[in-house]
Amino acid sequence: MLGRKLVLGFLLATVAFSGCAPQKEAGNKANVITVWHWMTDRQPAFRELAKRYAAKTGIQVNFELYAPSEEYSQKVRAAAQGVNLPDIFGILGEKKVFASFIKAGHVLNLNSYMTADNSKWLNRFFTKALAVNEFGPGNIYGVPQGYYGVPIDVMTIQMLYNKKLLKDLGAQPPETFQELLDIGKKIKAAKMQGLVSGWGEISFIDCFASNYAFNIMGKDKVLATIEGKVPYTDPDWIRVLSLFKEMQENGVLANGLVTMINKNAEQLFANGRAVFAFNGSWCVNVYKGMNPDLSYGAMLPPKASDKHPMVIWGGAGSSFMVNPRSGNKEIAVKFLEWLTDKEQQAYLSEATNNLPANKESVRSLSGVMEQFAAGIDDSTHPNVWGVSEFTPVIEALDKGIQSIIIGEKTPEQVATDVQKIKERELAKKR
Amino acid sequence: MRIKETLENYLFVLPAVTIFVIFYVIPFIWVFQLGMFDWDGILPTKIFVGLSNFKEILFDKVWWQSMGNAGYITLIALTFQNILAFLLAWACDREIRAKNFYRLIFFIPPVLSEVVVGLVWQWILDGNYGLLNYWLNGLGLHSLARNWLSDPQTALTAVAIVHSWKGFGWGFLIFLAGLQTIPRELYEAARVDGANAWQTFKNVTAPLMIPVAVIVAILTIIGTMQAFVLIIAMTRGGPAYHTEVPVLRILASMRGSSRFGYACAQGISFGVILMAVSFMQYKFSKKAKA
Repeated sequence: MLGRKLVLGFLLATVAFSGCAPQKEAGNKANVITVWHWMTDRQPAFRELAKRYAAKTGIQVNFELYAPSEEYSQKVRAAAQGVNLPDIFGILGEKKVFASFIKAGHVLNLNSYMTADNSKWLNRFFTKALAVNEFGPGNIYGVPQGYYGVPIDVMTIQMLYNKKLLKDLGAQPPETFQELLDIGKKIKAAKMQGLVSGWGEISFIDCFASNYAFNIMGKDKVLATIEGKVPYTDPDWIRVLSLFKEMQENGVLANGLVTMINKNAEQLFANGRAVFAFNGSWCVNVYKGMNPDLSYGAMLPPKASDKHPMVIWGGAGSSFMVNPRSGNKEIAVKFLEWLTDKEQQAYLSEATNNLPANKESVRSLSGVMEQFAAGIDDSTHPNVWGVSEFTPVIEALDKGIQSIIIGEKTPEQVATDVQKIKERELAKKR
Repeated sequence: MRIKETLENYLFVLPAVTIFVIFYVIPFIWVFQLGMFDWDGILPTKIFVGLSNFKEILFDKVWWQSMGNAGYITLIALTFQNILAFLLAWACDREIRAKNFYRLIFFIPPVLSEVVVGLVWQWILDGNYGLLNYWLNGLGLHSLARNWLSDPQTALTAVAIVHSWKGFGWGFLIFLAGLQTIPRELYEAARVDGANAWQTFKNVTAPLMIPVAVIVAILTIIGTMQAFVLIIAMTRGGPAYHTEVPVLRILASMRGSSRFGYACAQGISFGVILMAVSFMQYKFSKKAKA
């Protein structure tokens, strides 16, 4: 009796724990490539391209969608720890995270592929699309020089305005910050909603503040702040923080903006309930799905200073990386080369209303898309600055801006708080 | 023979002990171990930092603010949620019409997805187009209408009330089960002795419900202190840090800052605090019962 129980127990344990065994390494199936991504809106287009590729080469490409992006990021990290990454995947987040993946041996250096045949592959792309995937010589992350990702599209984050609502207010798209404040007063008087955006999420508020920091103090001073050479209590930073207070006081910002997620902001703007939005170029597809009749335009955030140009965030929107441990890494690279070819890029751009990474695929873009594309020239991205701010400092700055908007703290108080955290982080690093 | 019987008894508990050790004890030790390293969760190398992550927690203002917020939500849950749960259970324990229907209705909120509940309540409490403000304005109470989730004065309370609404069904169910175990003869005896409703409640119902109330309170504390899905769906911890809770901070350390070691230290510290609170409550209730 006892023996039977033991055997039964052993069998049950074997069955139960067999699920805990590590998965097989990626790329064990010949002629089958697995791609992990988070882009819900692009899945149908990816599937169509996979069909075309299978018809052309006989190689099957499985696009596996894991959304939302936060969950996707977690999945990729867990897979990296378990050495279970697929043949192709994307990495979301700051450049230091990307660097860690590379240093842990999870990302293939594509330098030799990109530069082969007189850099034929490399030359297809917009320079800014490549920049976020490039690690230059002597970079601060200690990553060997090279290109580690393949951009599949480019994006810019800009301000959008509802043409009808702006006309109803008797206003034109603002060119200066003062004009924006004046429109804000009209918005307030008309009891309308002003600017909507995902300011409940860190990245959008950070992006907006960074745009004005570049405009007010210029790139060098922004980077010097990140390096710890200029304090956040500098008058220029206080001026940047004061802009949020002025926007709030003058009715530019929509109610509830501090806890708004971008999906809600997109709904409000698409339904014609907000005059302005602050969003990325991917929104064209989103708005089209929500309200195809929406009439809107894109513009750079209005300048608060003439000292320096307004610089927005832009560059590679999404990139794919190849797993060097994959048995299919060579065919994975070939697939990405095909995916970023002129024809496929044009299809992706048309099907998903995104800006292509391949500059030869930019043919006739619609009005708003053209405005977003034009913004590429004025764009930058934290991932190409060569220095990176401590995450607790970014969080303190963004949460501090929320405090300014809700009238809880003054710009000076927030600047002092952020500087304290900056000094704490610098001390830890030393 | 006796050894065989003992071994057989151990064999019966072995699966449970094995599962407990594999899924609770070993991960706890690993997490504690990771809490002593500086690690971003990706690199194969980890830097040993001893107890400095734990020390850092002591001076992390946002962490303690999040603990305070969770404490406030827990306080609302312990009082408003559990009193509501008890009163409804008490009402349903009596001979009222359609009591089974009420039992079903009261248990709907707990079985709903937290994300769905969060999004629905976010829409109800929305400052611009929310149902609550619509009703308040309709009743002429314009001064009460506000951005419930963006106003630092109301955000945390709003989240706490929604959490209580979502969770009271569990307490209701346990209280109801507890009330039904009280022998009816005791009520009969109290009635024969001339006790009024309050005296019956005070001398019969309340003392016999203390163990049940303790269980509900412990479950409420543990469940509420760990709440985060509802908060992500409603406010994402904002405005500023006004609705931040410990689990959101752990996630922020892990995902946002890529500080796995610190996140593990936060997790361990949080677990220890929860265990201590539950233990204290257990001791207190034993004393009260005695």
